[in-house]
Amino acid sequence: MSPSPWKVFGALVRRDAHVISRELPTFLLRSTLNPIMFVIVFGYLLPRMGFVQRGYAGAMLPGILGISLAFASVQAVALPMVADFGWTREIEDRLLAPVPIWVVAMEKVTAGTVQGLIAALFVLPVARLIMGPIDGLNATHLAVVFIMTLLGAIAFSAFGLLLGSGIKGEQIGLMFGLIVAPMIFLGCAYYHWQALRVARPLQIAVLINPLVYVSEGMRGVLTPGLPHMPLWIVAIALIVISGVFLMLGLRTFHKRAVT
Amino acid sequence: MCQAAPPGSVGRPERLPPRAGESAVYFPPVPPAIQTRDLRKVYPASTGRPRGLGGAPIGPPSPAAAGPGPAREILALDGLDLEVRAGEFFGLLGPNGAGKTTTIGILTTRVRPTGGTAAVAGVDVVANPVGVKQRIGVVPQRPNPDRQLTVIQNLLFHAAYFGIPRATSLPRARQLLDQMGIGDRAEAKVDQLSGGQQQRLMIARALVHEPEILFLDEPTVGLDPQARLGLWEVLRSLHGQGRTIVMTTHYMEEADRLCQRLAIVDRGKLLALDTPAGLRRLAPGGTLIEVTFNGPAAPLLGPIEHLPGLSRVTASEATLHGQAERVAETIPALLRAAETAGLLPLDIRLNPPSLETLFVSLTGRKLE
Repeated sequence: MSPSPWKVFGALVRRDAHVISRELPTFLLRSTLNPIMFVIVFGYLLPRMGFVQRGYAGAMLPGILGISLAFASVQAVALPMVADFGWTREIEDRLLAPVPIWVVAMEKVTAGTVQGLIAALFVLPVARLIMGPIDGLNATHLAVVFIMTLLGAIAFSAFGLLLGSGIKGEQIGLMFGLIVAPMIFLGCAYYHWQALRVARPLQIAVLINPLVYVSEGMRGVLTPGLPHMPLWIVAIALIVISGVFLMLGLRTFHKRAVT
Repeated sequence: MCQAAPPGSVGRPERLPPRAGESAVYFPPVPPAIQTRDLRKVYPASTGRPRGLGGAPIGPPSPAAAGPGPAREILALDGLDLEVRAGEFFGLLGPNGAGKTTTIGILTTRVRPTGGTAAVAGVDVVANPVGVKQRIGVVPQRPNPDRQLTVIQNLLFHAAYFGIPRATSLPRARQLLDQMGIGDRAEAKVDQLSGGQQQRLMIARALVHEPEILFLDEPTVGLDPQARLGLWEVLRSLHGQGRTIVMTTHYMEEADRLCQRLAIVDRGKLLALDTPAGLRRLAPGGTLIEVTFNGPAAPLLGPIEHLPGLSRVTASEATLHGQAERVAETIPALLRAAETAGLLPLDIRLNPPSLETLFVSLTGRKLE
């Protein structure tokens, strides 16, 4: 008799939790160093040097949170998966677990979501520490910040699934050069979406980028004074994007797992 | 949760004890461990060939299979019919690229057949892959342990993937590691194990959920002779405990020594299937001879054409191949003919009838 898929799912989660908890310091360093450096330079050093106005980093903080989320979730899912399908084949024992293949893929997305949450919730207090008080960061807003972060983490993990199963080992450099870098820079993290009207076609094109919505959503909560998309649009867009990436990701994952 | 068999799958017979009041209970016969019918697999050109279960590419495309068209599809299995009985030690023997790994891939639900059917323990691999995975253990060609975990954690987590509680899996894992001779390495990192130890870990992992059927894909490739002999002992004792074992190999000796029955496959087709002894009887009744001369051997073909007891003669450059019924008579006659033709023998090789000769006569090529 086969065990219930939930039970197997739980065992897969326990395996990842075990590995993640052991690698937590490296993981945090890898996925949050970049945003934390940004906060140090733009939130602490440059304002003191007089190159940027005080408050510039505060305006950027929502986007920075989005970027750390993107780095953490996409990398957490995609990097090991490229290696798994490419050369280590370590995922085989999980593909042989008595559950449909999609359960294994969904577990990877779940683990990626959790890692994204951990990274973002680690950057936030560090940023507060370096930059001083942040306007929108108070107890009532924390729940909304959390929901935005969660929706974003799901979208990025689903995107990680698509990348990790769709990209071959030798193309991994390409993945970061051609996909992740544009995603970060065209993710409305360093500027708000409305300002992109200076390049109208680009403003439309970036709407497929989940980072745009995470940045705009975070902005809506943390810096409500700056222009931002309405939160309900952000939520719907992230749910739709997650659904599309998940569907595509599950399909490519299955194709890699069962030839 | 009890997995309901999807329509189209062949259910595994439940052998329930008859209840009071039930007079006639039908016990279906135990299904064969493996049954394939007209199994076909064509790999589309774009996806490339499969990798061995451990990630090793399974060799260059066989020339017969690669079509000349722009698509160059690869025909890996061409109508394979196999039946393995429950409790059997069964071998799939063939050169690299013969279709062995594809066959194992289909039977372990990791490769989707293009045509035909395959059932493992009576469960259809396409209709009910979960049911199949529940019943099998798989040892890949190249060890692929979970390197993030210790040796024993590899077994414990694997057992958990099969819903086995730790209270059951822990003593079982310890016992398996002892049985495989790596009990003292339980807490070690996987990378600290030698290649042979890792292969034993793979076997222990494949057994920790107590599968009915154990698949091993070229389990001794890359092992030193001592580790190979050790592994043979392990496999024999596992089979002695009543487990069905299906193994692929391209080592003739390994197949001969371990397997009860052997299927010889090449280019996706079953060429022969019998016990090793039965296959040897099928081997053409003669010794393969190979004589290398100091010049092209082709001019010799005419003069020796009617030499009694010599058949299947071919010449490739300086070497003459043939099959002789009575070597002691054929060789002197052959050498006399060579002397007349002005050729000097440099080397003579003789291969008595064996699985190897059968294989060569069936496939026209050697195992590596």
